[in-house]
Amino acid sequence: MYEIKRKALLANNIKLFEIFAPEIARKAQAGQFVIVRQHEKAERIPLTIADFDRNQGTITIIFQEVGRSTIDLGQLKKGDYILDFVGPLGKESEISKYGRVVCIGGGVGVAPLYPIAKRLHGEGNYIVSVIGARSRGDLIWEEKMRAVSDALYITTDDGSYGEKGFVTDILKRIIGSEEIDAVIAIGPLVMMEAVSEITRPHGIKTVVSLNPIMLDGTGMCGACRVQIGQETKFACVDGPEFDGHLVDWDNAKRRAKMFLQEEKIALEVLRYNCSEGGAHACQKNK
Amino acid sequence: MSKKQVVGKKYAMPVLDPHERIKYFREVATGYTEELALLEAARCLQCKKPLCVEGCPVGVDIPAFIKLILARDYQGAANKIKEKNSLPAVCGRVCPQENQCEKFCVMGKKNEPVAIGRLERFVADWEFEHGEFKPEAKAPNGKKVAIVGSGPSGLTCAAELARMGYRVKIFEALHMAGGVLVYGIPEFRLPKAVVAREIENIKKLGVEIEVNSVIGKLYTIDELISDGFDAVYVATGAGLPYFMNIPGENLNGVYSANEFLTRVNLMKAYKFPEYITPIHTGRRIAVIGGGNVAMDAARTALRLGVEKSYIIYRRSEKEMPARAEEIEHAREEGVEFVLLSSPVEIKGDEDGRVKAIVCQKYELGEPDSSGRRRPVPLENSEYEIPVDTVVMAIGQGPNPLIPATTPELKTNKNGNIIADANTGKTSKPQIFAGGDVVSGAATVILAMGAGKKAAQGINQYLFGGTE
Ligand SMILES: Cc1cc2nc3c(=O)[nH]c(=O)nc-3n(C[C@H](O)[C@H](O)[C@H](O)COP(=O)(O)OP(=O)(O)OC[C@H]3O[C@@H](n4cnc5c(N)ncnc54)[C@H](O)[C@@H]3O)c2cc1C
Ligand SMILES: Cc1cc2nc3c(=O)[nH]c(=O)nc-3n(C[C@H](O)[C@H](O)[C@H](O)COP(=O)(O)OP(=O)(O)OC[C@H]3O[C@@H](n4cnc5c(N)ncnc54)[C@H](O)[C@@H]3O)c2cc1C
Ligand code: SF4
Ligand code: SF4
Ligand code: FES
Repeated sequence: MYEIKRKALLANNIKLFEIFAPEIARKAQAGQFVIVRQHEKAERIPLTIADFDRNQGTITIIFQEVGRSTIDLGQLKKGDYILDFVGPLGKESEISKYGRVVCIGGGVGVAPLYPIAKRLHGEGNYIVSVIGARSRGDLIWEEKMRAVSDALYITTDDGSYGEKGFVTDILKRIIGSEEIDAVIAIGPLVMMEAVSEITRPHGIKTVVSLNPIMLDGTGMCGACRVQIGQETKFACVDGPEFDGHLVDWDNAKRRAKMFLQEEKIALEVLRYNCSEGGAHACQKNK
Repeated sequence: MSKKQVVGKKYAMPVLDPHERIKYFREVATGYTEELALLEAARCLQCKKPLCVEGCPVGVDIPAFIKLILARDYQGAANKIKEKNSLPAVCGRVCPQENQCEKFCVMGKKNEPVAIGRLERFVADWEFEHGEFKPEAKAPNGKKVAIVGSGPSGLTCAAELARMGYRVKIFEALHMAGGVLVYGIPEFRLPKAVVAREIENIKKLGVEIEVNSVIGKLYTIDELISDGFDAVYVATGAGLPYFMNIPGENLNGVYSANEFLTRVNLMKAYKFPEYITPIHTGRRIAVIGGGNVAMDAARTALRLGVEKSYIIYRRSEKEMPARAEEIEHAREEGVEFVLLSSPVEIKGDEDGRVKAIVCQKYELGEPDSSGRRRPVPLENSEYEIPVDTVVMAIGQGPNPLIPATTPELKTNKNGNIIADANTGKTSKPQIFAGGDVVSGAATVILAMGAGKKAAQGINQYLFGGTE
């Protein structure tokens, strides 16, 4: 059992937990993730280690409520316990001295981006960060990102904050005006794909963090397989970071829809339980 | 004593009706009643030189426990089995007896062999119901051993060492102990409650189990040693699923057998949406392979409600490595066997979902090194079977995590850890290994045998004696 030491609401439907897991905190590195199983009947879902505190023994996870498992998780409060918490999984980020690095985060993707930007900054890279969200109320961790960046750009789709438009608009502008050594992009698949297509003609090294459906997270099931160039890789052990120019994006987008039908059913059951005032706690404690 | 009348056939195992049982996941074989067990036990000739024992990888004293059954001393029979085999309720259910103990039984020469596995299961189930487990462990000897992996090999090694007085801690990557017994072999063949009881008994010996601990990530093997463990037994199994590398394998609807079975068994997707992990099968499923894993997947699919469940296998039924009973049960339940065929491509629709599998026909040629006749593909023999789901059950390799994070640990070309067959000793001091991670995917009883030998190997290594 793993205790929730702190809970915060960061933006619309985006929540933060600090979980007491000292052994994992001892080993965690930027780029790695944990698998969370909330209770006996829950799914195992992967969430990135957004931060860690080796002294306090905590792991920070940030998640967006998009479906049954993340909505259930969001109901937990400070002092509650999570049944299973496994990690640190996946490979750590490749951190080196590139020079000038553009770090791009979309939506909740800013959370996994932060520890990587922090490490890259610490290694002496010049960090230009571009973070975006649908709207002002969806944006997270602006201040934390600012603290590890030499320059920070913000976009919102609706123009309610920062520049109106997409993170990719800014990326194009930057590429037009400065020499860039590497790009790290984490966010929705379409965003990471668009970023990779923009950098491809310029031959700029582009790292993306893939988030396929996972089950065990230890290389035992192959649910997380992704097509990288000619090879099939297991994202949970070979990734989650890959060369954006080698990813088969169509395949990744299709595989994300594997259980669309079932995901809808799981949500309907939750709604039904709520409307019945059933066993399920469902007041949205925002 | 009057001359024994020989009953030719085994007393049949009571089973659930095949048409009924595919509606749920209840155990198919319901087990001998006391009456049947006594009748079957009476078929044993109590051989002076029991050949059956030579077929058992752990050397259970078969005539002795059968004699105790006849004397209605079921507790005594259970104790007798457990002298050699610490998981009898599991082995009685899943051992491939026809290739082991029962293969050598003299009764089998003219008639059917004695149903040793069924009797073993009867005794173990009797003990669970009536007996009381009394852990007998020696005084602590002050040494600590870490075991990586809680499959049958790790569990057996842990139990043996705990009985010798060791402090034992098992580290398991998943959230539940049992290895393949909980995530792979389905409920209808090995109820999870049976595995849970065996594990409870092992805990009563003082063995500690830490789940959610991925060794190589959370701690390395070297860290376990520096944290004070005197030895480590690596029993991480053969968990890495193989794919065929044919076109279409990454379409939606293609699973490894591990994924398919883990969703259903460990995560209980068959109770979706009460349990939240989903599984999607569509109406028709093709399972590729001919082993126990393939049978389990094909039979599981029927219980999830598919209309057609095919097994596609390269050779003929005679060469199928699955237990005879599983093949028979699969057929009774309506699994269709597509033999001498192997997939060359999986086709998808515009949404990227599986819609058909293209197979090539084979014929059997000369025997290969395994003694089985080699399948030879026939040119221009491709044909298509419409399916919605494909499960790859063509084998598993060793999980590479431990070797990758323990550089001094030597592996062979398949990635299996190299270890001494009698002691489990590896190329690295203090580190022992056994079970599927050493042998490649094998059987429960062989994995247990390796665990037992490693326990002795470790004891020898730490105390220079065999106790
Ligand atoms: C290595 C890794 C790290 C991740 N880190 C984070 C993180 O830090 N924060 C976070 O909020 N999420 C993260 N995710 C995604 C997260 O695991 C999923 O959002 C979650 O599993 C969805 O579960 P659900 O039951 O709530 O929604 P579901 O009902 O499963 O899905 C609801 C909707 O979300 C989409 N979806 C499903 N799975 C994913 C996925 N893996 N990625 C993106 N969209 C998905 C579906 O297409 C559907 O439209 C990560 C995924 C991976 C593989
Ligand atoms: C579907 C299926 C059906 C089968 N049917 C039969 C049958 O009928 N009869 C029979 O005799 N055999 C059968 N087998 C084979 C048998 O189950 C295996 O040979 C046996 O389980 C091997 O035991 P093991 O202890 O070596 O490994 P496993 O049972 O594989 O256990 C290994 C354990 O180690 C854990 N692990 C792996 N890596 C790590 C790590 N880095 N850190 C911590 N833990 C880790 C795994 O999660 C797992 O729990 C079947 C196998 C399958 C898959
Ligand atoms: S352990 Fe297996 S092989 Fe040995 S006697 Fe029992 S059923 Fe037969
Ligand atoms: S070989 Fe067969 S008949 Fe002889 S002791 Fe063994 S089980 Fe009994
Ligand atoms: S999640 Fe199972 S292999 Fe990656």
